[in-house]
Parts: sequence; C-alpha cells; structure tokens
Amino acid sequence: MTTKTSKKPETKLGLDFTTDWAYAPAPEDTKHIKLEKQYDLFIDGKFVKPNSKKYFDTVNPATEQKIAEVADADEKDVDKAVKAARKAFAKWSKTSPKERGKYIYRIARLMQERAREFAVVETMDGGKSIRESRDIDVPLAANHFFYNAGWADKLEYAFPNRNPQPLGVAGQIIPWNFPLLMAAWKIAPALATGNTVVLKPAETTPLTALKLAEVLRDSGLPDGVVNIVTGAGRTGAAIVNHPDVNKVAFTGSTDVGKLIQKSIAGTDKKLTLELGGKAANIIFEDAPLDQAVEGIINGIFFNQGHVCCAGSRLFVQESVADIVIRKLKDRMESLIVGDPMDKNTDIGAINSKEQLLKIQEYIKIGKNEGAELYQSSCSIPGKGYFCRPTLFLNASQSHRIVQEEIFGPVLAVQTFRTIEEVIEKANNIPYGLSAGVWTDKGSKIFNLTTKMRAGVVWANTYNKFDPTSPFGGYKESGFGREGGLHGLLPYVKF
Amino acid sequence: MERLEVLKTYKIYIGGQFPRTESGRFYPLKNKKGDVIANICLSSRKDFRNAVVAARGAFGGWNSRAAFNRSQILYRIAEMLEGRKDQFIAELVTQGLNTKAAQEEVSLSVDRLVYYAGWCDKYQAILSSVNPVASSHFNFSVPEPTGVVAIIAPEESSLLGLVTAIAPVIAGGNTCIVLASESKPLCAVTFAEVLNTSDLPGGVVNILTGNSAELHSHFSSHMDVNALIYYRNNKAEIKTIKENASLNVKRIFVYDQLALASDKAQSPYMIYDLQEIKTTWHPIENIGSAKAGY
Repeated sequence: MTTKTSKKPETKLGLDFTTDWAYAPAPEDTKHIKLEKQYDLFIDGKFVKPNSKKYFDTVNPATEQKIAEVADADEKDVDKAVKAARKAFAKWSKTSPKERGKYIYRIARLMQERAREFAVVETMDGGKSIRESRDIDVPLAANHFFYNAGWADKLEYAFPNRNPQPLGVAGQIIPWNFPLLMAAWKIAPALATGNTVVLKPAETTPLTALKLAEVLRDSGLPDGVVNIVTGAGRTGAAIVNHPDVNKVAFTGSTDVGKLIQKSIAGTDKKLTLELGGKAANIIFEDAPLDQAVEGIINGIFFNQGHVCCAGSRLFVQESVADIVIRKLKDRMESLIVGDPMDKNTDIGAINSKEQLLKIQEYIKIGKNEGAELYQSSCSIPGKGYFCRPTLFLNASQSHRIVQEEIFGPVLAVQTFRTIEEVIEKANNIPYGLSAGVWTDKGSKIFNLTTKMRAGVVWANTYNKFDPTSPFGGYKESGFGREGGLHGLLPYVKF
Repeated sequence: MERLEVLKTYKIYIGGQFPRTESGRFYPLKNKKGDVIANICLSSRKDFRNAVVAARGAFGGWNSRAAFNRSQILYRIAEMLEGRKDQFIAELVTQGLNTKAAQEEVSLSVDRLVYYAGWCDKYQAILSSVNPVASSHFNFSVPEPTGVVAIIAPEESSLLGLVTAIAPVIAGGNTCIVLASESKPLCAVTFAEVLNTSDLPGGVVNILTGNSAELHSHFSSHMDVNALIYYRNNKAEIKTIKENASLNVKRIFVYDQLALASDKAQSPYMIYDLQEIKTTWHPIENIGSAKAGY
C-alpha cells in the first residue's frame, strides 16, 4: 500500500483513496456447514416440536435470505423446559463438583472442535464479519466454558468463610449481538455452580445456540440440565414469569431490563442485568494518537457497533481534536464494509432490518439536532442491511445521539479542555457500563479510571474481553458481573 | 424548689444539621404507661429529597477519603457511642427494654462499629482480583461504592438495628439516608449526635424519623438513589420497592430474617452488597524477546 498526499481538502495531508484499494475477494468456505431446514426446541436432552406447531424464519441479514425456520416456544413449552430443568437440578446439584467440571470441560473441547462451523453459522445468522466470529466470538465462548469448568470443584475458595449453594433453575435471556458468546457467558457459570438452565437466544440469531444444543447433547450432559427454547419477547416473558424459576439473568436493552426487574418484583427470584451503555472514549493530547485512533475505530465499529460497551461517545482534547478527527476520517475511509463472509471485511451487516431502521432514525435525529454528519464514502451492497461508518462532529451533551444508545456504527464526537470537564461529561449519563482513556501518563490514567463511574475501563486499549475478567455495569447499565471470580456470585446463595 | 428537668427536642439529621421536618408534622411517642415521652418528627417526602441532595453532595468526598481515614472515623463513632452508653441505655429502657437487654444492645452496637471500622481498609483486598487474561494486558478488578443508599432500618430495634444497617454502607464509602424505627426512634436521633461529633462529614449519614408506609415508595422511586436496603418484612412494601427500583435499575437488598444480635448480622458480604466491581485493562508492551527469566 502506498500513501500519497490527497487533493481532497477534507483529507489534506491524509491518505489518497483515489487509487485502487480493492482487495481480492476472500470468501470463507460455507459448503461444509450442515444446517437443518427446521429447528425444534431443545428440552430434556431432545429436540422436540413446539406446542404451538409454529415456526419463524431466521434470515441472513447480509443477503436477506431465509436460512432456516425455528420453533416458536409458547408458555407450555417454557413450562416443559422449566420442569425438565427442575427435575435435572435434583441430580445435577448433587453431582460431584469434580465430575460437573469435567462435563463443562468436555463442552469446551467439543466447541473448539467445531469452531469453524460455529463461526460460519454465527456470521450467516447475525451478519458479523467472519474475522470477528472466527477470532473473537467462538474462541472466547469455548474459553468461557473451559475457564468456568475449573471453578466447579473450587467454589469454597471463591467465597471465603461461606458455603456456596446453587440457586436452582436459571432462566437466561440473551441478545443478538454476540449470540454464542452470550450463551457461553450465561450457561458456563450457571453449570459450574450447580444450577440448571433454560436459555432463550434472540429471535434474529437462534442458530448457534441450537448448534450449541447439539454439542451439549453430544457431550453427554444429563438431560434437562440445559434447555434451549427459541422465540421472541413472549417466550422470554414466559421464562421470567415462570413461578419455578429461581434466577433470571438478562442481557439486552435497558428498557427491557427495567420491565424484567419490575415484573419479578413480587418474587424472591435473584436477578442480574447486563444492559445498555453509552461509553465515553477519552483521548488526551498526550496520547499515542495513532493507537488512539485505532482504539476509537475498534471502540465504535467493532461488531457494527452492536456492542453494549461500544465507545460511542468520543471525547477529544481540544488541542488535538483536528488531527485526531482527520486521522479518524482517514481510517474510516479504509474500513471495508460488505459481505461478512469475506475474510477481509471489517464491518459486516446490521443484524436486522428493524435495527437498521433504528440506526437510520438516529442518524436523522443527529442531523436535525445540528450535529455535523460525516460518513465513509465506501459503497455498500445493494442487498442486505448495511450502514456506512458514521460520525457526528460538534455533538453536545444534551443531544439524543449523545444521551441514548444507538447500537450501531455511529460515533458522537465532543471536545473538552480540562480533566474536570471531561470527567463530568463522561459520567453525566444514566449508563455506566464502560469507558476508555488514552494518555501516555500513568498517573492520569489512574486518575481517570478511578473516577469513571463504569464497570469496565480500558486504558490505552478498548473492547477487550476475557473469561477471567469480570464484566458488568454501574447505574442503569445493570448489576451483577459476568466472567471471572465475581461472575460466580450471581449463581450462588450462602 | 425542685429543679425542672430540661427535655430534649428530637429532630432529624440532614447534611450534618439538625432541622425539624419541613412538613412541621409530628407524632407523639408514648411509653408503656401511655405518657407522651417526646414529639417525633414525621418526616416527609421533601425531607427525604433534601437528604438525598445532601447524601449525593457528600458522596464524592467520602468515597475518595483514604480507606484508613474512613476506618478511623468509624472507630471514632464507636468511641463516642461508648462514651455516651448511659444515655443510650436510658433511652432503650424508656422505650421498653429491661436494663440488662439495653446494656447488651449498646455494647453490641459499639462492637459492631469497631468490627466494620476494621473492615474499611480490608474488604478491598478480599473482594479484588488480578485477572490473568490470555492477551497481553494487565487486568484487575476492584470494588467501588455503589453511591447513595436509602435504608429502611429494622423496626424492632432502636440502636443495634440502625448501626447494623448503616455501618457496612459507610464503611464501603457510600452515603445514606436512613429511616429509623418508627416505634423506637429515640436512639436514632441521639445516634445522629454521636455521628455529628465523630468527624463524619455532614451528609454521609442522614437520619429521618417517620412512617415507612408513607415513605417507602418515595425512597424507592427517587432517581438519584442507587440502592435500597430494607430491613422489615412487610411483603406489600417489598413489592412496591422492587417495582419502583426498576425506574433507575436500583440495587435492592431485603434483610427480613436477620437476627440482629447474632454475629451473622455482620459480614464483609454486607459491604459487598453495596459495591460495584470495576475492571481495568491496560496493555503490556512485549518488547523483543526479552524474558524476565533470570
């Protein structure tokens, strides 16, 4: 690649995009993938037809083509799944912790063996780039099982002076942005602590969870320990409101999280919520700017911006704002948007038509609010749901594009002068999931990371995840942690 | 002529001040014989809102105090309470306890404060972790206080219940607004005087007297309250509190089965309830092939 001075005024001193930058297509092979035409519910160790006999389509958002149809679980199906989980709990919770751990290790290994299949199906069903599903989602999902497996027979070390006991049946509802990874985050600690599970994947991305059901079955995990029911909001509500569920774990929007918190108010169900975010990504003038720009890009465009901890609010110190924004625009120009199955693709398809419409609505709102729109000039495929990488300059604290979670590749940019100012602005929001800080000065990093009211703070990096690292929010971003030592607590009682 | 006793006016405690309730309302507190002992403030929603403003204002300062300093202040509260033992015992007796039970309650309360004074600079080590992530990053998790905490204290206990409810919350760097026992409110007001002479910054603990049936919905629906702890067992109130909590995703903890006099009523896990775990990542630069292998 060569770089030349551009003639375009807005990328002055930047990169020249008028030359031929095209990459040769590098499509991931999909022929080895075996998919059924129709998927049933995984209850008590078997795939069973739904009571309603109804199925809904799951669509590839990059092609708008139907991939398969999936069972729509109603209250009766959920009741069957909860009963299976309750029956299995009696034995599973008494299974020796060492053996319990070995089942979970086995699940991790089976996932690793089928990793490429999982990655391809994840990309087909959800639209994320194959590079991300192959290198991040799937390996991390397997690692979560591997990590938690080892806790099963060591729980007394996790809670000093206590004797942790499982809660019972855990009802788990997960979102569409990291379908397999979220299933792993939820199922692995629940099993390690001796609970049984009824899990509902999101209605737009059910396939990898159903593939996971095959793995669970093949692993020899006793029937009913994990049950996977597919469906939309009604199915989720049936899980949340089922009287024999002891624990509800939800990842998704703050609005739905609040509804769930309210609807179980009259019960003793334990709850963890991992909800929305609107993270501040803060760039100081003494930051390594090129690395910071990579961090901004990764912060907001990773997974099409469908990330609860996305760095969707950029704060740049005024003295370096011009150069950072110029570099950012240049970098946005070089992002490859398109076929998620292509190994060169940076930004894949928006998960659903509904979500694309929501993002487009926010882009309209941002323009109407008076922020200055900038989009990459890339072409996007004619078919499928795609959105150009987008940023809004001169956004202000009161703008809806600054206050509300967009969940797409849209970045709101603000500038600041002093540390006090940026701390105030970064925290002045109902969310508190994550934050990013970029500076070369160690004491400044610790000053900022201490003062951010957020559960995960990345300093000179962004959007990193690991099974050993607790994840979760402050304030309206939810409560409870997932991952690490702290991720066990929501699944035990003393 | 026999000396006329000077009676005490029982007021509430907000932001380090002792105002009367802004509502001007009161309820009479009677002893077993039915004589009025005192007129107690019947706190209002507005009092609560004022107290939240005070608690929010105090949070940043209290939270950033050195843990060691918080520890010394909690210990100081214990010292002050010990020094005024007789007054508390007398109040407990006035409110219906026998002398022995009253002495025990005060001693337990002092000891509980000392217990949590000790935890102030130790729970962090117990609840933190360094996480061995697979990538080249230094990654650690530490507890930080949740923020402003509303507390509806036990009804059956005048002093020990109050101390049990407050101590883990402020030991962990939170600030709070406490609704004292309605039927046994005297010690709460006197305990506020102890707090006020213990170097505890104003606004860290705010104490209201009044009626839970009236106030629980306001305690739980306020948008600038981060958590609520409920020490009573009124099922309808618990439901309302949990429902209202969803307005701003409040953390709710219900301790309706706590045996206050038992050691089980105190633990670092009660501090943990009001902590958020923050995880911080930073890259580790791996330069060349140098290893620290010698």
